[in-house]
Amino acid sequence: MDPIVILAAGVATGTVLLFAAIGEIFAERAGVINLGVEGMMLMGAVVAFGTAVGTGNPWLGLVLGMLAGGLLSLLHAVITISFQAEQVVSGLALTFLGSGLARVLGEDLSKAGAIALIPTASIPFLSAVPVVGPIFFTNQNLLVYVGFLLVPAAWYWINRTRPGLHLRAVGESPTAADTLGVDVYRLRYAYVFAGGLFAGLAGAAITLAIQPGWFSDLTTGGRGWIAIAIVIFARWNPVWAAFGAFAFGAIQRMIIDLQGPQTLFGFPNPFFEDHTLTFFLEMLPFVLVILVLVAVSGKAMRKRVGAPAALGIPYVRGERGH
Amino acid sequence: MTAGAPARRPQHARFALPWTVRAERRLEVPRWLPLATTIGAVVVALLIGGAILALAGGDPIAIYAHILRSSFGSLGVLSDTLVKATPLILTGLACALAFRMRLWNIGAEGQLLMGAWAASAVVLVPIVPAGTPAIITVPVMMVAAMLAGGAYGAIPGILKAVRGVNEIIVTLMLNYIAALWISYWVFGPWNEGGFPITPQFPRESWLPRLSDLAEAFPATSGLTVHLGLLVGLVAAVLVHFLLYRSRLGYEIRLIGDSPRAARYAGVNVVRNTIVVFAISGALAGLAGMSEVSGVVHRLQLTISPGYGFTAVIVAYIAKLNPYGVVVAAIAFGALILAGREIQPSGIPAMIQGIILFSLIASEVFLRYRFRIERRAA
Repeated sequence: MDPIVILAAGVATGTVLLFAAIGEIFAERAGVINLGVEGMMLMGAVVAFGTAVGTGNPWLGLVLGMLAGGLLSLLHAVITISFQAEQVVSGLALTFLGSGLARVLGEDLSKAGAIALIPTASIPFLSAVPVVGPIFFTNQNLLVYVGFLLVPAAWYWINRTRPGLHLRAVGESPTAADTLGVDVYRLRYAYVFAGGLFAGLAGAAITLAIQPGWFSDLTTGGRGWIAIAIVIFARWNPVWAAFGAFAFGAIQRMIIDLQGPQTLFGFPNPFFEDHTLTFFLEMLPFVLVILVLVAVSGKAMRKRVGAPAALGIPYVRGERGH
Repeated sequence: MTAGAPARRPQHARFALPWTVRAERRLEVPRWLPLATTIGAVVVALLIGGAILALAGGDPIAIYAHILRSSFGSLGVLSDTLVKATPLILTGLACALAFRMRLWNIGAEGQLLMGAWAASAVVLVPIVPAGTPAIITVPVMMVAAMLAGGAYGAIPGILKAVRGVNEIIVTLMLNYIAALWISYWVFGPWNEGGFPITPQFPRESWLPRLSDLAEAFPATSGLTVHLGLLVGLVAAVLVHFLLYRSRLGYEIRLIGDSPRAARYAGVNVVRNTIVVFAISGALAGLAGMSEVSGVVHRLQLTISPGYGFTAVIVAYIAKLNPYGVVVAAIAFGALILAGREIQPSGIPAMIQGIILFSLIASEVFLRYRFRIERRAA
């Protein structure tokens, strides 16, 4: 129960949530809700792992895993952007399809032995900094560092660049964006695809780096949905998403660590004495998601502070709307 | 277009095909069209699913034939199909009712589990003393399941109505929580013999089966259909009545079609949100009771193979019509029944996903009419 160890592990497991959340932020900032994150993550996870098992090359697995997530997201894009269908239902369908397809593809993968993984590394100098060094920069997976770089990059892209301005315009007021010559349909396609790539990356990060192996739909175990909740909590801001993702990662790690020791703070550990009580521990992240959503909702939510104004609304050129 | 007529060039002609497709917004939808697109979408989905199966090295025709044979091939398997359809009818109605008000209750699975738990508690705690006749025990189990499912469904309803919390995320989280809650009871206090199951319930808590009549009518011997099916059919009639013949139903449909208009008309959206979520949860809870009391006669970890999720598709395929839900539930009951023997186990889920996708995509034909026009040279 060393807090440094828990936080360091939290950063690693949180990276998975971070990738998925940032992908969803891109899609939602463009005005498209994609509830298929769980399905895209599973597809990314199984394709990445299967490729790595087959070729022995985890990097190829990573790339193909991302593409699998991206390809699946294009289905959502066609149906919600071109066909203007209900985004909520299409996202659910994506989760059904993705997890079913992933289970079909992963049929024989749970028996696969040890494979080459994405390596870990420590950052010179930074790892020597007290507290921060051991939590963030010591023996972390390379993908964790990718996550660190992604957060400021995504923030800068959205808030300080010209394409980012177009992205926000498409999500806030597609009609105005269209009038100014921004191709609303093309940008929405692009960002939904980007969201799929990131969800695929999140899945690949599980099977190739953070928690290696394929365990059917338990591989993601609902983390795609937690990522969507983090997006709402983070008010569509990548920096807050990182905070939420790492905090959730730490909680997930703490749940595992709480079951080990015989005593907790000098008292007999109830979770060690009676293992069935750990089911209540495992409820914690899901309860927490609900509590966090309740906390950040309310008045602000009804006015939709932070949410892109055209979120969930299909854009039809020439029709009255946003 | 005749050869001599002036050619209207479409603006977006990027490919040099000899025809062009033009989309026009439909002003009204012909009555026959929704059913036709639904059937067409399912056929297309089965073709796509077949293509994927063939690519994966399977024999799609053999697999589909197997599904049909092992779900409708004889009176015995037809009865098993109806048993699988029963929880789908109840959870499908739960989804259809909530979706009609555009409340995305994806939590029928969790509400079903809570209903199953409460019905089991009636027997195992016990809430009614052992030996109480079925005529009392069974209704008490039903009420307990509806209360538990309804209360569990009311949670996202209240959060949505009072604080505007996204109900999709909340209902999904509650699904995971309910599954862990069931795990605790079947591994912990109610465990029997180390397996994740409870002891078998006494006969007084069983829903009667058709095979119970075998002494009087030998033809019913071995038929597993239980009273839950009748409960589901009655529920379909009641939900239809609620939606189309009651004031609450009128308000539900009004809110679903135009929330703003409903608010101007003075409809109490907050109250209706909570009430609809509670009724929806109660229906799903009843499905849980029907499973423990009509099928397995105990609570177990694998009490539901995802009925509450399939219910989303069932409701959608039925276009939220309660009687349509019954038909769609039987079709998906067949898929689940046959799917148990199909390997890999992900195939039924995959086919369900493709069907749902194909359905949503097909709705574009309800919004637009497409004309294929020959392009003039």
